[in-house]
Amino acid sequence: MSQVIHHDEHYDPEGSKIGMWLFIFTELLLFGGLFIVYSVYRYLNADAFHLAAEELNTTVGALNTVILLVSSMTIAMSTTALQKKQKATTIVLLEITFMLALIFLINKYFEWGVKFDHGIFPGSEFMKAEMSQGEVLFFGLYFVMTGLHALHIVAGLVIMGFALARIQKGTVHADRPSLLENAGLYWHLVDLIWIFLFPLFYLIT
Amino acid sequence: MQASSKIPTDVSYLEYEGKHKGLLSWIFSTDHKRIGLLYLYSMMTLFLVGVILGLAMKFELIAPGKTIMEAKDYNAVFTVHGVIMIFMIVIPGLPAVFGNFMLPIMIGAKDVAFPKLNLLSWWIYITGAFLVIISVLFGDGSPDTGWTFYAPYSFKTGANMLPAIFGAFVLGFSSILTGLNFIVTIHRLRAPGMTWTKMPLFPWSLYGTAWIQLLATPIVGITLVLVALERIFGIGVFDPTLGGDPILYQHLFWIYSHPAVYVMILPAMGAISEIIPTFSQKHIFGYKVLVVSTLAIAFVGYFVWGHHMFTSGMSGTAQYTFSILTFLVAIPSAIKVFNWISTMYKGSINVQTPFYWAASFIFVFLIGGLSGLVVGALATNVYLHDTAFVVGHFHFIVFGGVGFSFFGAIHYWFPKMFGRMYDTTWANVGWLIFTIGFLALYSPMFYLGMQGMPRRYYDYLEEFHAANILSTLGSWVMTLGLIIVIINLFRSAKSGPLAGANPWNGKTLEWTVPSPPPVENFDEIPEYKEHDGPYEYQ
Repeated sequence: MSQVIHHDEHYDPEGSKIGMWLFIFTELLLFGGLFIVYSVYRYLNADAFHLAAEELNTTVGALNTVILLVSSMTIAMSTTALQKKQKATTIVLLEITFMLALIFLINKYFEWGVKFDHGIFPGSEFMKAEMSQGEVLFFGLYFVMTGLHALHIVAGLVIMGFALARIQKGTVHADRPSLLENAGLYWHLVDLIWIFLFPLFYLIT
Repeated sequence: MQASSKIPTDVSYLEYEGKHKGLLSWIFSTDHKRIGLLYLYSMMTLFLVGVILGLAMKFELIAPGKTIMEAKDYNAVFTVHGVIMIFMIVIPGLPAVFGNFMLPIMIGAKDVAFPKLNLLSWWIYITGAFLVIISVLFGDGSPDTGWTFYAPYSFKTGANMLPAIFGAFVLGFSSILTGLNFIVTIHRLRAPGMTWTKMPLFPWSLYGTAWIQLLATPIVGITLVLVALERIFGIGVFDPTLGGDPILYQHLFWIYSHPAVYVMILPAMGAISEIIPTFSQKHIFGYKVLVVSTLAIAFVGYFVWGHHMFTSGMSGTAQYTFSILTFLVAIPSAIKVFNWISTMYKGSINVQTPFYWAASFIFVFLIGGLSGLVVGALATNVYLHDTAFVVGHFHFIVFGGVGFSFFGAIHYWFPKMFGRMYDTTWANVGWLIFTIGFLALYSPMFYLGMQGMPRRYYDYLEEFHAANILSTLGSWVMTLGLIIVIINLFRSAKSGPLAGANPWNGKTLEWTVPSPPPVENFDEIPEYKEHDGPYEYQ
């Protein structure tokens, strides 16, 4: 009922942007908890973490980093296009972002698949038999953190899907851009978290 | 969607159903007032479940040895009692019920900033509650870890932990969204002219609370996810056999769960700060100091979590630091007590039911707070850790603090929420019996703890018998008082005499609108002039 009161008349782009930023804080803290756990165990098991990190495929990681960075750019361009009232360009750029996110997930799928083939997955007997505790912890954190990040990519895909539909329908436009802007903010967050995950797992060896 | 002009201004929110009819007009309503009542009714139901579990525990402890349940059942009962009471009642309690109902009206808004998100929060809350109930009803036994889900037992026990852990995670999510909504509401929707220093103290306390909800809850969220993953996959982060560290779990858990205590107590203090000036007919003493102390409690509360772990293994430096910081929190809390008392000084006190609850709140809060200093000091903590003393302290602060404030608040705002007045005599009788029962129930725990009776055991030595009998009797008296209070309120909501718009001569905005408030709260958004303040009594 009162959505009637608010939704039509009480459009507050500033308010919804504040809301999104607050949500981003909570996401940062969510990952913050994991970064704390990571740093504690890295400190305690420096050698094992070094050894385990060698297992990861830096090329695939770097490729995914580039993909996400480009996708952040395209969604920002899409927002600008919406402001300039270029609906067709907005949609194309958003679709490119969407595709890049999918490619990221496909890469991730193959990357994880190779690990599974080598017997590296949480709870595997091979890891318990062959690896030190530090290495087990490294891969435990690797799967949790990249897995949670992948889950955020999926959430981003859903949000972008909504934004696409609403732009096509015409309910998101230059005067009411909040949904796309917030989708963009969220996508930059997903990107930002990867920017930290990539060096922590792949580069520092 | 209809245009807003069709919404009548003279129909109360209780009558106006909107798009849906009957029950659906409640569970799909985005009206902050209806959502407030949804929370009230769902919490009342869950609270009664928690009370019954509490009574069962006290009945078990009426005599040494097994009375009605085995040790394992006792573990399950105190775990589920804790999970329900903490995650479903006291953490969301005042913000979700009175925050939702009163915050927009008190700051002169028509609703919260995101009404749909607000409804979603309630649905998430209900989902979380159901998940916890599932863990009790199905699987290989109810959760038996205590509400803290300590590692490594929480992933080693055969009990049905996963739904309970996931339920707590989901409830946290509901809490985050409510907090987010309130922050944006307070930033964006205050009435014209209502500057920060003209905002009443209950909204201020909600603001402080919302920030804690927002910044602390995600950490316990991810920690619970890690425990769940540990249980499913064995990732190793908290499992000592795989190289993990269970004490790290305790740190991450208390980084949230200590600030959560302030999520509980700050809105309780906020409600008391509304009741005291109204029934003293005097403006609040030291408004700005109260605001600053609210923010100080919220801020310092982040850095004291270690005092739950003094005996878990920590460096001496860390222990001293956490102990000193804990003592620091007592300062703003005591400032509030002084300000409330000073507000009463030379006021024309109108002794009504809400005032009784508020005054007894100060009393039990004082006892709870001072006993907190006893367990916050390092030397005595080692002696009292994990004894009944801690249980006594905790219930004086959390149940005494939140419970008394909650009942004070509901007796204060009841005429506004339902448009009717309750029977004052029965309300006062209920309060008196409840308070006597409360003191009889929890005071003996201080004595028992100092004598060395540990917490969380279904059995005890014969020498603790007398005090335990008193405590059990107290639980019955308190429940009797509770029943009187609740029945009185239920009957009055239906058939009490009509209450006017401002039965207490209150000065905040909620008393300027009709009781019960119309759907859109205000015909015209109120405006604050230069000399208006939140509590302008002559």
